[in-house]
Amino acid sequence: MSENIKIVKNATCTFCGCVCDDMELTVDLDEKRIIKAKNACVLGRAWFAEHTIGDWPVAMIDGKEVSKEEAIEETAQTLVKAKFPIIYGLSDTTCEAQRQAVAISDIIRGTIDTTTSVCHGPSGLAFQGVGESTMSLGEVKNRADLVIYWGGNPAASHPRHFTRYTVTPKGMFIPNGRKDRTVVLVDIRKTPSAPVADLFIQVKPGKDFEVLWALRALVKGKNIDPSIEEETGVSLATLEDLVDKMKNCRYGVLFFGMGLTMTRGRHFNSGAIMALTTDLNEFTHFVTKPVRGHGNVTGADNVLSWQTGYPFGVNFNRGYPRFNPGEFTTVDTLSRGDADAAMFIASDPASNFPKVAIEHMKKIPVISLDTKQTETSNLAHVAFATSTYGINTGGTVYRMDDVPITMRSAFDSPYPDDEEILTAIKKRVQELVWAKQGIKIAVGEARVA
Amino acid sequence: MAATLRIVNGKLYDPINNIDGKVQDICIEDGRIVDSVSDDATRIDAQGMVVMPGGVDIHCHIAGPKVNAARKLQPEDHRRDPHPGTPFTRSGTGGTVPSTFATGYRYATLGYTTAMEAAVTPIGARHTLEEFHDTPIIDKGFYVLLGNNIFLQNLLREGRKEEFRQAVAWWVNSTKAYTVKLVNPGGDEPWKGKKNSNVSNIDEKFDGLSPRQIIEAFITTVNDMGFPHPAHIHCNNLGHSGNYKTTLETMRTAGDQRAHLAHIQFHSYGGELGKNPDSKAAEIIEYVNTHPNITCDVGQVMFGKATIMTADAPLAYVLRGLTNSKWVNVDTECESGCGILPFSYQEHIYMHTLQWAIGLELFLMSKDPWRVILSTDHPNGGSFMLYPKLIKLLMDRGFRQEEISRVNQKAIAKTALNDLDREYTLYEITIITRAGPAKALGLKHKGHLGPGADADITIYDEMDDKEMMFNAPRYVIKSGKAIIANHEFCGDHDGKILHITPAYDEKIEEVVQPFFENYYTIEFDNYAVSDSYLHDHEIVPTANDR
Amino acid sequence: MAETMILVPGRSSKQGTALNKGKLKPEYLLVTSTLEMNSDDMQRLGLEEGDSVRLSNEVGETVVTCKGRKPEDLPSGILFIAYGPPSSQLMDGDTAGTGMPISKNIEVLVEKVTVKNI
Repeated sequence: MSENIKIVKNATCTFCGCVCDDMELTVDLDEKRIIKAKNACVLGRAWFAEHTIGDWPVAMIDGKEVSKEEAIEETAQTLVKAKFPIIYGLSDTTCEAQRQAVAISDIIRGTIDTTTSVCHGPSGLAFQGVGESTMSLGEVKNRADLVIYWGGNPAASHPRHFTRYTVTPKGMFIPNGRKDRTVVLVDIRKTPSAPVADLFIQVKPGKDFEVLWALRALVKGKNIDPSIEEETGVSLATLEDLVDKMKNCRYGVLFFGMGLTMTRGRHFNSGAIMALTTDLNEFTHFVTKPVRGHGNVTGADNVLSWQTGYPFGVNFNRGYPRFNPGEFTTVDTLSRGDADAAMFIASDPASNFPKVAIEHMKKIPVISLDTKQTETSNLAHVAFATSTYGINTGGTVYRMDDVPITMRSAFDSPYPDDEEILTAIKKRVQELVWAKQGIKIAVGEARVA
Repeated sequence: MAATLRIVNGKLYDPINNIDGKVQDICIEDGRIVDSVSDDATRIDAQGMVVMPGGVDIHCHIAGPKVNAARKLQPEDHRRDPHPGTPFTRSGTGGTVPSTFATGYRYATLGYTTAMEAAVTPIGARHTLEEFHDTPIIDKGFYVLLGNNIFLQNLLREGRKEEFRQAVAWWVNSTKAYTVKLVNPGGDEPWKGKKNSNVSNIDEKFDGLSPRQIIEAFITTVNDMGFPHPAHIHCNNLGHSGNYKTTLETMRTAGDQRAHLAHIQFHSYGGELGKNPDSKAAEIIEYVNTHPNITCDVGQVMFGKATIMTADAPLAYVLRGLTNSKWVNVDTECESGCGILPFSYQEHIYMHTLQWAIGLELFLMSKDPWRVILSTDHPNGGSFMLYPKLIKLLMDRGFRQEEISRVNQKAIAKTALNDLDREYTLYEITIITRAGPAKALGLKHKGHLGPGADADITIYDEMDDKEMMFNAPRYVIKSGKAIIANHEFCGDHDGKILHITPAYDEKIEEVVQPFFENYYTIEFDNYAVSDSYLHDHEIVPTANDR
Repeated sequence: MAETMILVPGRSSKQGTALNKGKLKPEYLLVTSTLEMNSDDMQRLGLEEGDSVRLSNEVGETVVTCKGRKPEDLPSGILFIAYGPPSSQLMDGDTAGTGMPISKNIEVLVEKVTVKNI
């Protein structure tokens, strides 16, 4: 440890969607690393400790080191040449970088999609179908006397969700914290989150929709046949008890995870939980919220929505945004073999997409921007190494409840940030597209955003 | 386009400078209107054209968390109305809640160059400013929602008036807002905390505090601090039969102090709660006509698709009960909430026709166009894209009669609309769409064409069909730069943020901070919005700054 | 001996900490190739802690290391794995028009790998 130590208070952790902004970072400026992250959870501690300065080149083409400028030129040429270029990722970068990525898609008439499509994309579709009664997390802290988690495991994925926002904190109308709340967990297995709950309800895999629909019926006073237990693993008495709790609470909340969106039913499951929440508002105040994942996936939804009108899976091929999940979403454009060039920003689809999609990635020119080397950067034609948001750069991130927060930088990185690279690519693709169309306009006169 | 420009041969409409259709040159240099420019300035020949200041929208919903939620909610709204890009402009989508780019460009295609977002939660200010950065061409600002702010209400309950005033100023500074907004003051807590109930009376106390006390405190505080635009008020009981009494009481609460009442059409209903309303437009406009301290915008309803989006969350829930449509509710910690749902106004429905007719009554019975401003409460009463049609309804009695004949006659019979022959002149239209809102906002450089004004100028072909005329300006100039020429985009422009920075005692932060630590989930030091979100901006001075 | 079971890829906190080190690092590769299985099921299949099992379906196959969980924590017939390259091998690319591949509750055939080859 050197003498050159800096403390950064109220820094923001962007590892998960909790986006806790109460970090106190101890930074060794000589060694360029964070040696302590006070208030961080186990995931946050790893996030801050492991994001040191790497030893790989800023830019590589086919595995060989090149200058940043050469890589930008090659990227622009590749994207403009392609007939069906796709841009994907964006959940682990700033809104400022996301804005540039959408602009590139607009200019090259490409397709843009975010990791939303493989996490809560189905919840986005359900939202478009039925709407949602929801809240900022502080309302849960201040008011919620009934907290239900469904198909999510915050203890592993969002460790401070319980302690900072939803279960243990004391709030304005919850003076005794945990004691004033009833906590319920619904899942197919007893996850590490189960010990937090007063009540654990185990559902048979793939039967969430049936349970949710039965709850809607019970809330509306309809009869449910006891055979529901055989079908779903949950007894009628358990459901009736849960309905009773829900109708009689003062402020209830249903959080749900990818246990609903990634399985049989997908958007129907999310829609059922949103509709159940709406139904309950006839009796009391009730809200719901998907427990979103990566640091700024919620920002990606917001930026795409305000720039295009649609939250993910957007195609500009006709010169204006079109939205069609299943057609313009990334698993599909890759699995079908439509994409003929891909730029992956701050995500690693090569390590978690379906096999067929990964196989197609290997056949097309891929451009990657990431802070670390990944399966995706390994197969990339052009690979940029960028600095880490919230550690080396400021900028804006959105918490899972759409609350925007400005990050503080802890120490400088020799690597450029995503926004810088994407802005340079944007300028270059604009020049190339105009040259191709014979349009003579100086960059800066037009399309100022 | 050179930095100097001369518009020649146009007929000027500039009510602030008492110019009513006179042919006169306008000179522009470095984004401002000036007395003269050199002979080599670029010329625009406006022969046969009408020259007006750029339009100013005093009340619309165009950016921020609730607007974006409404965008996400309605792909169907966008799909039937794409907004292709041009070499100069980004693409987007339209509908009742357009994307940010489409919003800026579409305002420009109507000749509007300034618009004020009317309801932003403090915690959503950063988001709103981010969207503003992507809303091109127009200058813009927003009103910050403070009327249901729990901390401020606690100060009022405890009679801590000076700290209340300091805290209001702190909040306006921290969010980069233009003024304060009250929406259904006192109604959030019953909604969130008492099983979806609401306040029903301006004097009904909730936990010792009535809506009237909240309204009075904000009107007085904002006037004391000399904000360029007064407290902007969405009254209690919006949309309910018999609510005109609440509206009158709200205006009486102001006494002779300045206050702006938003979308008064929605607050001018007679009749009994739970039954069909009738029109009390005459009573409401009579009060406005005789009280020069009051400004208002009408909130006209236009038939067709709309989107309800309001910080009046209980109202949105009531409407959801009527339509059974998809519904969004968002509770915002310690500050506010909002409700969103798709809506459509239909000619054959009594209520919708009555709303349409009341709006027109208010316009046609207004005696002071400077204070009764054109709005549709976009997108609540309909899209801002319907302003040209609304202008035609006001300017063209024959067209109005045709439209009246196509709607619910029972509703029309409850209004005085058939007896109102008035036709607005171009001069009056210039007032209700430009000069009036600029004056009500205290924007001294906008709404007119005199030297020193921002060179935000619209040039229309003069046509008999006013809807067609106002739908397609031939030229739009923003800050001295031609954005539209011969109906085509020929440039792009960022537009700037309009905000105020009222003075406050920094010690108030020590009073606010403990509340944050207990009840907010964002750190106090991360709450105030930094200047980096302003980009191009203008601080409009308060009376106390001068 | 082989049986059909339900594979549930998900997140784990170990995976979360490992991925910060780097997704190509041994920690991450280890955590994403460790399969949690009901201990009674393991016994029935003749598996011991640390044994290799092959998971396969019509999409593909992968070999992972198994680890026992108490029956009350993990129901019989359900397998948990931290998602990653091995689970990708078993995921179908069809999203049924939603953009989301079925990533949880994937039916797989589980069989013991007799030769320890990883």
